[in-house]
Amino acid sequence: MVVSLNHYLVLSAILFSIGVAGVLTRKNAIIIFASIELMMNAVNLAFVAFARHWGDPGGQIFVFFVVAVAAAEVAVGLAIIVVLFRQKETVNIDRVNLMKW
Amino acid sequence: METAFFLLFSALTIFCALMVILQKNPLASVLFLVMTLFWLAALFVLLSAPFIAAIQVIIYAGAIMVLFLFVLMLLNLKAIEEGVKPALKVTGVAVALILLVVAAVVLRSVPIPANTGFSRSAAELGSVESIGQMLFSVYLLPFEIASFLLLAGIIGAIVLAKKDRKP
Repeated sequence: MVVSLNHYLVLSAILFSIGVAGVLTRKNAIIIFASIELMMNAVNLAFVAFARHWGDPGGQIFVFFVVAVAAAEVAVGLAIIVVLFRQKETVNIDRVNLMKW
Repeated sequence: METAFFLLFSALTIFCALMVILQKNPLASVLFLVMTLFWLAALFVLLSAPFIAAIQVIIYAGAIMVLFLFVLMLLNLKAIEEGVKPALKVTGVAVALILLVVAAVVLRSVPIPANTGFSRSAAELGSVESIGQMLFSVYLLPFEIASFLLLAGIIGAIVLAKKDRKP
């Protein structure tokens, strides 16, 4: 068996699905956040696999930007969770239905 | 040899990723996420992207995940009682499986063009030199925009986390 692009893409799809399952089944806001990070990393894996397949560093540079966006997202998102915990004493997303209509 | 390493790393990645969403304790969940990121970094090395692997370990596992753990310990969360209905759980897993099947069908039916034009050697592809050269020439504008995005993120986090805001 030779490891081809498809193997990496299948692995990436499996990781992304695990992340989707985590977002849909868990109630703890921090674990949902971790699942989102999991999905981002699945996409990063696909980018790097394509970069190798086509011999183009563009894919690896895109991973660089994804990491930068993830850093900004985590900083703001975790600040929101801290404020939420201060207001409601919980991070269970069922208790936080302020914006639900 | 490469095949063996790929199988080993991918099995470990999938196992740790599953543990992330199956753990009751959020602290254990985040620690398993760190493990997942490490194994992904190993896969990046296999894909001849050593610079991205280093970034993954230093920035992702080192900085972002430390932020996660920091907030988690600051909040002093117990494992919250999750009254998840079984129906919701089944639906969530079913949606994820459907997504996986759709991805598999797309992978099988869409032909991926073979390598055309670009002909960099594997060693040249992921080197700091080639990435830096592209980052500061072709991708200079997105690079500057990313720095502004990070600045906005810092300011946003400080504004949100300030203790007493006068209304």
